[in-house]
Amino acid sequence: MIEPVAFTQAEANLIPDDASWEPEDFAHHLARYGPVPTASPALIPEIQASGLKGRGGAGFPAGLKWRAVADRAGGRGVVLVNGVEADPTSGKDRLLMTARPHLVLDGALMAARSVGAAEIVVGVNRTAVEAHRAMAAAVSERREPVRIEVVGVPSRYVAGEETALAQFVSGGPARPTLTPPRPFQRGVRGRPTLVHNSETLAWAALIGRRGGAWYRALGSEQHPGAMLVTVAGACARPGVYELPCSASVGEALARAGVTQAQAVLIGGYFGTWVPMEPSPSMGGDATEPLGSNAGVILALPAASCGLAETARIMSFLAGESARQCGPCFNGLPALSSVMARVAVGRAGSAEVDRLRRWAGQLTGHRGACHHPDGAVTLLESALRTFEADLTFHLRRGACQGSRQPSVLPAAATEDGWR
Amino acid sequence: MKSRLRVNPIACDGRGLCAELFPERVRLDDWGYPIVDGHPLSPELMPLALRAVANCPKLALSLDTIES
Repeated sequence: MIEPVAFTQAEANLIPDDASWEPEDFAHHLARYGPVPTASPALIPEIQASGLKGRGGAGFPAGLKWRAVADRAGGRGVVLVNGVEADPTSGKDRLLMTARPHLVLDGALMAARSVGAAEIVVGVNRTAVEAHRAMAAAVSERREPVRIEVVGVPSRYVAGEETALAQFVSGGPARPTLTPPRPFQRGVRGRPTLVHNSETLAWAALIGRRGGAWYRALGSEQHPGAMLVTVAGACARPGVYELPCSASVGEALARAGVTQAQAVLIGGYFGTWVPMEPSPSMGGDATEPLGSNAGVILALPAASCGLAETARIMSFLAGESARQCGPCFNGLPALSSVMARVAVGRAGSAEVDRLRRWAGQLTGHRGACHHPDGAVTLLESALRTFEADLTFHLRRGACQGSRQPSVLPAAATEDGWR
Repeated sequence: MKSRLRVNPIACDGRGLCAELFPERVRLDDWGYPIVDGHPLSPELMPLALRAVANCPKLALSLDTIES
């Protein structure tokens, strides 16, 4: 897990200049953000107008989710705060829950009142001890008419998938379930459940105070609002940054002091490698707006080998399969073992052909969740982005870079499913 | 109302009967797990689809109604 350093930014809303890892208590929270507004169903159109999208990776419009749960909940719904943040490259949720627990709670409470939920469950990664402690302390400071529970969730990559989280807090294993039904239909203990990333709810708490137009204006017409981005890897100032959703990848890299990356991994371990040459500030997808990805950027140093790093990620992802679906428990270890051979320069072109054939077979949402699809997205982007390295590895063996130490954040040791 | 094939990937354990009974719409990956063509089924294919669904030993194959 990376330990992000909150960077100081004058314009930041969620994690302002004086942010530290110190939890903010309720009195200071109210002094900073003002009183908690009384939310009602009227907040839903405001959320819709704000253009807020889910900040957990899928980017689904938040307002549509609220509406879908509100249509079904009838006062017996559940708000499930997703603070699992199982991708080792991301650190924004644990920072937010540690430093601004009340803002996340405000958003969850407003959502509960708006959609008709009588219960809030906050799921926090078991390894995020400080975040858990801060959220639990914040809950104990509040007197609310809604039941709020903070739950430690196994540190497994797929445990943050919304059906896995809903199944876990219902008393089952933290493994994905078949959809439909999705949690908005039948979630925690069969109830209509609004599952939101902790950052999404923190923004909702500010939209409830300042309005949808305020949030929208933080970004552009096409990419409204602002977001937290974790930048890690080859940079002078790794950490969590608040940026407009309309800002480019290059701007995020510049903020973190990335000067020499050969490629960046955008969107975490289910993301895509994008080449950065000749410089992060120009060309390629560095000009793409952030709004379209998970808010995680990992910069690969010029001296590293992208194939070797990808092989490490593939090995991690194969180990993180819930081992429920054939395409995942067969496919991912197979992809990973060939990729490991590619990385050390022991694979031939026939094996790479097989890798590509498998990649084609394993996508198309064949598993209960998107774990195989995400892993294949990463792998295919690596074969594309590091094509020159691949040719070298096939013809002449492992490159110099493959002997460099990994820049990937260390992953937590394997956890159970309960 | 049209239908399409759907696999429950958690229930499926790759027996492969579906591909044998309904190769028009089901093929197997390198590990013997089904890759189904999710396009709407034409009326002529429906009897074959129903037979494949009925014979799945894990009850993992089903027909999904496509809302139109």
